[in-house]
Amino acid sequence: MGAVQATLSMIREMAAAMEEHRKHLTKLDSEIGDGDHGNNMHRGFQAALERLENTNPQTLSDALKAVAMALIGKVGGSAGPLYGTAFLKASTTLSGKEDPAPEDVAEAIEAALSGVKQRGKAEEGDKTMVDALTPAAKAAKEAASSGKSAAGVLRAAAEAANEGAEATVPLTARRGRASYLGARAEGHMDPGAHSAYLLLDAAARSLGA
Amino acid sequence: MKKVINAPGRVVEEMLRGMELAHPGLLRLIPEQNVIVRADAPIRNKVALISGGGSGHEPTHGGYVGPGMLDAACAGAVFTSPTPEQMLEASKAVDGGAGVFYVIKNYTGDVLNFEMAGELAEAEEIQTDYVVVNDDVAVEDSTFTSGRRGIAGTVFVHKICGAAADDGKDLAGIKELAERVNANVRSMGMSLTSCVPPESGEPIFEIGDDEMEIGMGIHGEPGIERKNIEPADQIVDDLLQKILGDNVDFTSSGDVAVMVNGLGGTPLMELYIAYACVADILKREGVNIYKMPYVGEYMTSLEMAGFSITLLKLDEEMKGYLEAPCDVAAGRPF
Ligand SMILES: Nc1ncnc2c1ncn2[C@@H]1O[C@H](COP(=O)(O)OP(=O)(O)OP(=O)(O)O)[C@@H](O)[C@H]1O
Ligand SMILES: [Mg+2]
Repeated sequence: MGAVQATLSMIREMAAAMEEHRKHLTKLDSEIGDGDHGNNMHRGFQAALERLENTNPQTLSDALKAVAMALIGKVGGSAGPLYGTAFLKASTTLSGKEDPAPEDVAEAIEAALSGVKQRGKAEEGDKTMVDALTPAAKAAKEAASSGKSAAGVLRAAAEAANEGAEATVPLTARRGRASYLGARAEGHMDPGAHSAYLLLDAAARSLGA
Repeated sequence: MKKVINAPGRVVEEMLRGMELAHPGLLRLIPEQNVIVRADAPIRNKVALISGGGSGHEPTHGGYVGPGMLDAACAGAVFTSPTPEQMLEASKAVDGGAGVFYVIKNYTGDVLNFEMAGELAEAEEIQTDYVVVNDDVAVEDSTFTSGRRGIAGTVFVHKICGAAADDGKDLAGIKELAERVNANVRSMGMSLTSCVPPESGEPIFEIGDDEMEIGMGIHGEPGIERKNIEPADQIVDDLLQKILGDNVDFTSSGDVAVMVNGLGGTPLMELYIAYACVADILKREGVNIYKMPYVGEYMTSLEMAGFSITLLKLDEEMKGYLEAPCDVAAGRPF
């Protein structure tokens, strides 16, 4: 399967995950935010599918860029510009790499993370998607240097993101709407951290890992 | 959920279509963008004011589009910030060559999306600047939160800066004035019930029949305290204590604009009852209320029951612009 085809099936898998977990993400966001995260993500990935269909990208990088533009263009909220920036940065690092090595995949995840941090100014421990993406980037790098395949790198990133998301449960939020809750946000998982795990998990599954 | 709608996924589009149909000659919609602009935009050489945010706060934001206030309003999904694409299209539609000024309420999503829009607009050679309004005293402003939220006080920024733009103030001047209004406006709200966003169909939070929440945000973000409901006098006293205790000195000489804003599910009867308490307490505290107060629905939260109080310490320039005429959908009883 070519890289573009693989990317398309990855995005389809992500969109399906957002559809499947829409209610749950929205529920997490109702507990500590404003109850729209599932709807935002679902709307964004539907728009991404539509955009991929209409623009018919010929490279892996262009496919990711189309997703970025759809998320930036159609989602709103915090998640739209943040995930949009993440996909845009990943697209930039993968530009010209039509058969990305495991290291390239790890580098793309790292770039996505730094894009999110740059745009949202959150640090690890602020109870945001950064708490899932930071360990994910680290695990991806380790997996790549220990000789894992691209699929293996994504699987390692997803597992680490899952743990990172779980670890947001006891935290007090310091960014986004949940920060208004103070101590009341403790005991709830951050919805953006959970969606970051779901996306990485979908990506890994689409490559058979 | 019982609502007068056709389809939960189309409420924003259908509302905007209704607004356009109801106000021909005043408002026009940019197709596919959920952006309302002044029918006569762009106005040459006038700074254009754009606001926007989640839907569900009507008459905010589209209701304030028209001569003397906003040039455009971007409507996001219910309680979700609009997108940079919408803001860019709005900017292109209303820029008259003097630049575009964004009035943003302080929510992470709104700020991020407007920031991106500003970058995109600058790339198209449209000058932009913005203010981030954060009038809600319920939330502490610290480096450990996203800061205070923007609520009903934002409407004063629309009005005063809108009139100033009409008066020919340039972009830097509008920015300075907007910052000045923001520095002198303080609000706080409370709520009695939740509201039900059409898409989820569920209340956004649970609250007991005998409970109220002091300091609740306009998207149901938690406030300071959940407690048993009290008489209006006591509630107003709670809210005003916090507002007057903040860092704007409303009691020294000078005039203060006062707004009692309903959140969508509180009858005007109750808003006037609350206003009477406001007037009594402000008199006792030596706060001079400027001319007629603003009692009604300015920034709602769907059908939430509750209200907010806003005080704005005025200077002479602000007074002039507050009183200047405007023609907007929200201010047209007859
Ligand atoms: N500054 C930030 N940096 C990184 N992630 C953030 C930031 N602010 C919010 N988030 C993430 O966004 C998620 C909420 O996304 P959602 O789609 O619900 O947008 P929203 O309702 O506009 O968000 P918010 O209310 O936080 O502004 C949070 O769970 C968090 O993971
Ligand atoms: Mg949210």
